[in-house]
Amino acid sequence: MGGLSHYLEDEGIATTQISLIKEHSEKMKPPRALWVPFPLGRPLGNPNDPEFQRDVLTQALNLLNEPAGPVLADYPEEADGDQTEPTIPACPVDFCPRDNGLSSIELLLQQFGSEFNAMHTWFTIACEQKGRTTSGVSDLSFDEILRLYSDFITGNQKGLATFEQQGLADTLRLAAEDLKSCYFEALASQPGQPTDAATLANWFWSATYAAAVINEVRKKCLEHDTKEMNLAGTLLLIPRNQMHRFKE
Amino acid sequence: MVRLEIYQEEERRHLLDLPCPTFDYTPFVSGVTPGRARVALISTAGLHRRSDRPFQLGEAGYRVIPRNTDPAELVMSHVSTNFDRTGFQMDVNMVLPLDRLRELAERGVIDSVADFHYSFMGATDPTPMEAEARKLAGILTQDQVTCALLVPV
Repeated sequence: MGGLSHYLEDEGIATTQISLIKEHSEKMKPPRALWVPFPLGRPLGNPNDPEFQRDVLTQALNLLNEPAGPVLADYPEEADGDQTEPTIPACPVDFCPRDNGLSSIELLLQQFGSEFNAMHTWFTIACEQKGRTTSGVSDLSFDEILRLYSDFITGNQKGLATFEQQGLADTLRLAAEDLKSCYFEALASQPGQPTDAATLANWFWSATYAAAVINEVRKKCLEHDTKEMNLAGTLLLIPRNQMHRFKE
Repeated sequence: MVRLEIYQEEERRHLLDLPCPTFDYTPFVSGVTPGRARVALISTAGLHRRSDRPFQLGEAGYRVIPRNTDPAELVMSHVSTNFDRTGFQMDVNMVLPLDRLRELAERGVIDSVADFHYSFMGATDPTPMEAEARKLAGILTQDQVTCALLVPV
């Protein structure tokens, strides 16, 4: 971000910016930056809090009044945070095959399917409430995503044939983003659920079958010998700070 | 909050080691005050309209977001999984505060809101973005933008 500020200002456009990682702004010295103590992904601090958001922007814009730069100011307030645990039933993953003849992977996919159906009904309510969804970036329907993941994990090459041409690694990554959007938007539509970033991330990665399925996709990616698949498996499916849950 | 001391050591080290170019000087445009500024937002959240192509790993280009874009048309294809997306899911203004900018214009805090806004994808070495950013400056000038407000993710 500091690089973009430098290049634009150098071309005659005055810039001011929000900074999330102060150490980067101290190194890059952009002309004007307001450091905010908010989580990565939340540069405006509090969702659905217009007054707070306007204040952040106003303080960033007010740096234009400074006579010389570089200017690096601190935003004085913390964002709201709540640590309410989600109240939907947690779904601890059970990889043990039961006496129903299913393998652990088949059982996981079955459990994921049931969980997805339960989340999807809340997701449709979320869409009605908000009039928007952030899902759809993979350009696949949820049915197609579930089928893609199932085929990929179980090695059903026939089912994957249509995806290979589109860049399978990228499709797997974008499908994970759509799944997460569905789950998070579904949870947000339920009354009394938390809104802070860390609690939501911990819920998804520790308590959903969807996370366990994404982890199976990640492991399968690492079995492929292409650079794209390896990168997806290494970096692009599970956040670094959640990987400890999946170490075997 | 992004105070690096709250992160696990591995994550903290990764964030500190991200490529940050340094410069011999800091350019500084004088004479633009908030009340006289026509402002364009520049996000690095990997945002784009559904009809645009998703961002690819290492991509240095940008996507255009017209001022009156319906929030329901915006999606995020940033390749990093290491930042929160739930804020964006709850409120598009968390990463592209166009509503807030319009309100600031109505209150006279800024002069006006640009016709076009832009998103790059951060978490990429910014050096390859230089050529795109310098070209973008020419487009901003054509839109009579006097201030770019950069919003990271």
